[in-house]
Amino acid sequence: MTEPIIRVEDLQVSFFGQGAWQTVVSGVSFDIAPRETLALVGESGSGKSVTALAMMRLLPENKARVAGRVVLGGRDLLAMPEPAMRDVRGNEIAMIFQEPMSSLNPALTIGDQISEVLVQHQRMSFHEARVETLRMLDRVRISAAARRFGEYPHQLSGGMRQRVMIAIALACRPKLLIADEPTTALDVTIQAQILALIEILRAEEDLAVLFITHDMGVVAEIADRTAVMTNGRVVEAGETAAVFRTPREAYTRALLSAVPELGSMHGRVLPARFALVDPETGKKDGVGETVAAPPAAETPLLRVRGLSARFDMSSGLFGRVTGRIHAAENVSFDLFAGETLALVGESGCGKSTSGRAIMRLTGAVSGRVELEGRDVLALKRAHLGFLRRRVQMIFQDPFSSLDPRMQVGAAIAEPMLVHGIASRKHAREKVAELLPRVGLDPAMAGRFPHEFSGGQRQRICIARALSLAPKLIIADEAVSALDMSIKAQVINLMLDLQRDLGLGYLFISHDMAVVERIAHRVAVMYLGEIVEIGPRAAIFENPQHPYTRRLLAAVPIPDPARKGMRQVIDETEVKNPVRPVDYVPPLREWRTVSPGHEVQVFGEECDEEHHP
Amino acid sequence: MKALSFIAGRALQGLIVMVGVSLIVFFALFLTGDPAALMMPPEASRVEIEAFRHAMGFDDPIWVQYLRFVGGVLTGEFGRSLRFQRPAVDLLFERLPATALLAITALLWSSLLGFVLGTIAAVRQNGAIDFVIRVISLLGQAIPVFWLALLLIIVFSLNLRWLPSGGIGTAQQLVLPSLALGAYYFSAITRLVRASLIEVLGENYIRTARAKGISNFRIVVHHALRNALIPVITVQGMYFASLLGGALITEIIFAWPGIGRLAVDSIQTKDFPVVQAVVLFAAFTFVVMNFLVDVAYVFLNPRIRL
Repeated sequence: MTEPIIRVEDLQVSFFGQGAWQTVVSGVSFDIAPRETLALVGESGSGKSVTALAMMRLLPENKARVAGRVVLGGRDLLAMPEPAMRDVRGNEIAMIFQEPMSSLNPALTIGDQISEVLVQHQRMSFHEARVETLRMLDRVRISAAARRFGEYPHQLSGGMRQRVMIAIALACRPKLLIADEPTTALDVTIQAQILALIEILRAEEDLAVLFITHDMGVVAEIADRTAVMTNGRVVEAGETAAVFRTPREAYTRALLSAVPELGSMHGRVLPARFALVDPETGKKDGVGETVAAPPAAETPLLRVRGLSARFDMSSGLFGRVTGRIHAAENVSFDLFAGETLALVGESGCGKSTSGRAIMRLTGAVSGRVELEGRDVLALKRAHLGFLRRRVQMIFQDPFSSLDPRMQVGAAIAEPMLVHGIASRKHAREKVAELLPRVGLDPAMAGRFPHEFSGGQRQRICIARALSLAPKLIIADEAVSALDMSIKAQVINLMLDLQRDLGLGYLFISHDMAVVERIAHRVAVMYLGEIVEIGPRAAIFENPQHPYTRRLLAAVPIPDPARKGMRQVIDETEVKNPVRPVDYVPPLREWRTVSPGHEVQVFGEECDEEHHP
Repeated sequence: MKALSFIAGRALQGLIVMVGVSLIVFFALFLTGDPAALMMPPEASRVEIEAFRHAMGFDDPIWVQYLRFVGGVLTGEFGRSLRFQRPAVDLLFERLPATALLAITALLWSSLLGFVLGTIAAVRQNGAIDFVIRVISLLGQAIPVFWLALLLIIVFSLNLRWLPSGGIGTAQQLVLPSLALGAYYFSAITRLVRASLIEVLGENYIRTARAKGISNFRIVVHHALRNALIPVITVQGMYFASLLGGALITEIIFAWPGIGRLAVDSIQTKDFPVVQAVVLFAAFTFVVMNFLVDVAYVFLNPRIRL
């Protein structure tokens, strides 16, 4: 065994809060060998990011106490004076963060921010630093480096900014790179690019990597060894393959049971619940793989035809319209009762806009949306109750979609009172019925949102949506912000509710692995248009459109046997459907692959020869 | 291109504001009743008032009067002061250097000290120095200027006999009025710099800079202040404009012959052309300062540039 690059011994971190010191990390020990990638995995609040910040001594000194040892090249970082520590940061240990949008200084140029570390640590002249910076931009595969040097962060996409962050981190050839959820905020195809880039640079630069993530798929793809954290402790650590295949701890097994694995539904037609493992006992959840009932109807619950939403972009002195965002363009699909149709795609593809347009929550819409045969886009404002009683929405962020000053019981009862379908007394009874339905105690109705966890809040949002006994629920990234295990529980809940109540779901998501679990049918959106639609099995097992293939290929698979299989980096950015004012959308032709599986005949929109 | 059209847009907005101000200034004269009767001494006879009305053109249609007014303003002609029988503009420009001197001195010391103390307070947030600075700046904003001015005179002029209590001409005479005038702005800028800097220091890109091994001093000066400056510049432009429009109370207490005193004197003697000139001038300074602040934005905030 070679000498490790860094050794963390018995790390302990406490924060001052509520009048006392609260321990958030305790007894954490690990080491990382040269050229090794160690993944630190855990859910939110497990202490994984705090561990990294403590190693770098980036926690505020008056609010955090750190004990233990962090040994780098024979020196204990925790005992170093601050100026010596500054020579370690960015020089021997570098760090990249989750939020590429806010992690770069908006007022300084890219070049300035990269060359700054070279001037600081390598004592380079500005000219030398500039030359080296251009070389670094090249290394992180940013083209036209000389032009980028003088650009500001807002001129770059999220993926580009994360590349700049990597260039800053690696500029001084550090021994260790700490990557704190570096791809979590990125689109899945961009995530694949960044992961491949980190992997290539790790090999080229002889780098050790501490990779912090909540995503088991990413872990399997990138990590040699894995340490699982919960409640501030490492509960299990070992070779990644061993942790995945023969997890010793109940918590690890619970975590793995909650991970949707792309391809795990192969050969199945219908959605399936997660067979969750209890993190305390390690026992399997009794209700295993129940399959939701198939939809049975001739007329669709929701029929969407030629739905378009376009927004003008104006600029200049007199607000002249200079372009138009074709957020949704000619979107057509049917959705039957008891069925889940997933709208998938990356940011800006128009999936959320389509959902909001159906709910009449956004203007500038044309086309036809029929709910139970009635055109809802033609409804007068006064008659919107028809639509809003039958269709309910659940949003991504359960923290901001509940009024913090409203008791959750009142929040759930509010739609019934607004629509005048229940008296106060009746509404209270209904709330007491709904809470157990979503797995909460009826006694919790008097509490406020801040007393609940994220998963519980999303359950409350579901209960609120159910209060009007809707036919259709539009779930806009409803589980995307939740922790893995919570996500699986909420998906199980949604599947149960669909089975019991015959709900139709329009499930808007960017997460292909989750969609594979929950959807009966899938529509893939790209640049505002549906490019491929069909039964879930057909889309996942026989994708036709180049974009569908790209999307599927980018999803990380939580199977360590596949580690290192992805080495290709392409430079494709996620595009925006911004068009010139005189743009006329071309007439699209469709090809039927198999019954119900249709794919748009692709044209110049996706010049896909380079990256099939 | 984007920056140019942004600046052009702001210039157009400023123009619209000036048209609005000219309307208000012009019609305010008629709101109070018959301008001819108002401007003449109370003992004037009916014939005299009518003659005055005709001489001033108050019997013309109102839009003709407005156009004449605007035309005059554009050619620098605001009418003659009724009291001094001299062009109002001359009076205004005679007083301007005094006001400008006072305003610039007050703004300079209050900004410099405000920046330094605000930055120190933000960097030492919740420490003892921060507490002292916060108390001082709170007092500076809470104490009314007339009281502070009188206190300064009592302490430094009457008791200690260090500095003169009024007048203009020497550097000593400038000290007390600029202290009294700048105290409020000093406090406001200190508090604003502190709040703005604390917010910026909590941003993710500051954490990035720390992870890069950059020294705290450079983080504050190079990374944080640039971003924290943006709201401060706005407020400063407004303060300077309001100072240039005349510091009424300070100028009166310290017998400072500036625009503020001119305005008060003119209002008391119903010298309407002078009042109009002063108000238009004050509004114009505001618009110009606002415009300059917007131009400064273009340099501070690269999102506007391009």
